[in-house]
Amino acid sequence: MSRAFGISGDVLGRGVAMTYLSIVALIPLAAVLLESVDGGLDTFWSAVTTEQAVASLKITLIASLIVVLVNAVFGTLIAWVLVRDEFPGKNIVNSLIDLPFALPTIVAGLTLLLFYGPDSPVGINLAFTRASIVLALLFVTLPFVVRAVQPVLLELDREMEQAAESLGAGKATVFRRIVLPNLTPAIIAGAGLAFARAVGEFGSLVLITGNIPFKTQAASVFIFSQVESDNPIGAAAVSVVLLLVALVVLLIFGWFSKRALRHEE
Amino acid sequence: MSIVVESVSKRFGDFVALNDVSLNVRDGSLTALLGPSGGGKSTLLRVIAGLEQPDSGRVLIAGEDATAKPPQRRDVGFVFQHYAAFKHMTVAKNVAFGLSIRKRGKEEIEARVDELLKLVHLDGFAHRYPSQLSGGQRQRMALARALAVQPRVLLLDEPFGALDATVRKELRAWLRRLHDEVQVTTVFVTHDQEEAMEVAEQIVVLNHGDIEQVGTPRDLYEKPSNEFVMRFVGPVSELSGRWIRPHDVGILVEPTDGTSEAQIDRIVHLGFEVRVELSLGDGDSTWVQTTRTMVEELELAEGQIVWLRLEAEPVSV
Repeated sequence: MSRAFGISGDVLGRGVAMTYLSIVALIPLAAVLLESVDGGLDTFWSAVTTEQAVASLKITLIASLIVVLVNAVFGTLIAWVLVRDEFPGKNIVNSLIDLPFALPTIVAGLTLLLFYGPDSPVGINLAFTRASIVLALLFVTLPFVVRAVQPVLLELDREMEQAAESLGAGKATVFRRIVLPNLTPAIIAGAGLAFARAVGEFGSLVLITGNIPFKTQAASVFIFSQVESDNPIGAAAVSVVLLLVALVVLLIFGWFSKRALRHEE
Repeated sequence: MSIVVESVSKRFGDFVALNDVSLNVRDGSLTALLGPSGGGKSTLLRVIAGLEQPDSGRVLIAGEDATAKPPQRRDVGFVFQHYAAFKHMTVAKNVAFGLSIRKRGKEEIEARVDELLKLVHLDGFAHRYPSQLSGGQRQRMALARALAVQPRVLLLDEPFGALDATVRKELRAWLRRLHDEVQVTTVFVTHDQEEAMEVAEQIVVLNHGDIEQVGTPRDLYEKPSNEFVMRFVGPVSELSGRWIRPHDVGILVEPTDGTSEAQIDRIVHLGFEVRVELSLGDGDSTWVQTTRTMVEELELAEGQIVWLRLEAEPVSV
């Protein structure tokens, strides 16, 4: 009796989870996919290979790649400082890290425009340049690596480092051979999420980049412009490409992250 | 190499971990730092290793002042209670770590790792990861790792503290034999008096940041310098207001000169050893450690009236 109940409980749980996932994500994603091939594969192909579409995809991917590399390094550094250093105001800084998550991205864009725009109080005007894309994406993806690395660093066995020191390793060697390998899975996982986020970012780009086709128009903004100019197939086609890129990246990063953890099995 | 600790003090905030501690450890000896937790024994070990800086005092290793040296340059092997295994490296890489830091050749490293894994009975485990080893195996790996660089001094912080009783007993005997083989000056921390007695040649008893006594296991047991040491290194019992070892009291069924009358409350059989708990005439209670043979010979029973006699000089404290 209880066994039968247990099984039906499992089935119920799985059913609810799958239904929820379908309504919220899978079915809408399938709808985009269908829309993108509505006019046949030829239409899909010509939609994603227009010069403007290709340029926007290229801009998005290159900017995302740069941003992920930079934030992997600086995110790890920030996590290190937040975990290992003591300084006044540390708790406030720690809470600030999540701000890019909490802030509506359009507000992030506006903030950046005010500080790094034509009326910049520090005289740095990056508005409508490619650097502004990188800047906006750096801002919105900042928390990912920090928040992925922080808990791992907190849990890291300090005695491992002391053991390495007593065996003759200097600070740099301890970091490179002991600390870093243990952080790598978390860095990769955080970087994967940051990349997926960067590829899809819209709100923070819209104001500061100026959306100049072939120069500063990111893929997400391109999609928006296609919807506005009544080209739903073109919008859906580029969306599908972004979707696939994000999926593939998450899978690759997941695989690397798991591989780096294989010694724990 | 010898270790000399000169008037070392160390505080953590208001807590005095070491209070003007001085100690000599002879070259090639095997010494235990024994005491209750918070007594300062681990701090002393970490000061010797350079993992803690003393507030005052000096540490000399092989006659050289090492106080200002970082742990990297002290030539000490350190073994931690929780192994501190490099979990992302194989057993072989763990053991080879110190040698690769020293930029030794690949062949030399391989040969040395092989030799050490044999020494700690882990040959065949070279390509496993620490997570695939038992606690005892991890600790043996940590020992091999510490020994790989041929340290002048081997320091072990509660090395068997995280292991279960059987493995612990095994490793104790094994550490003793290992020390006879490699002859490196060894200091280990323990809160277990039996472990200290069984393994060490010299025991240092630490309490509240002070050294209470330094001596051989036998010295400590037979001539404890104070009540703390006496209570810490072995069982104690009280008879006529004096502290005695409970096996130094004889049970008689007839009174003679200098005996005290007592009634048996309880007889506890612990295998060969038997523990007899008694009430004395003045209402105090005491206990005597005796043997099964003796209990059978005297036909002792609970409730029986007997007479107790001191059979050895009480330990002078």
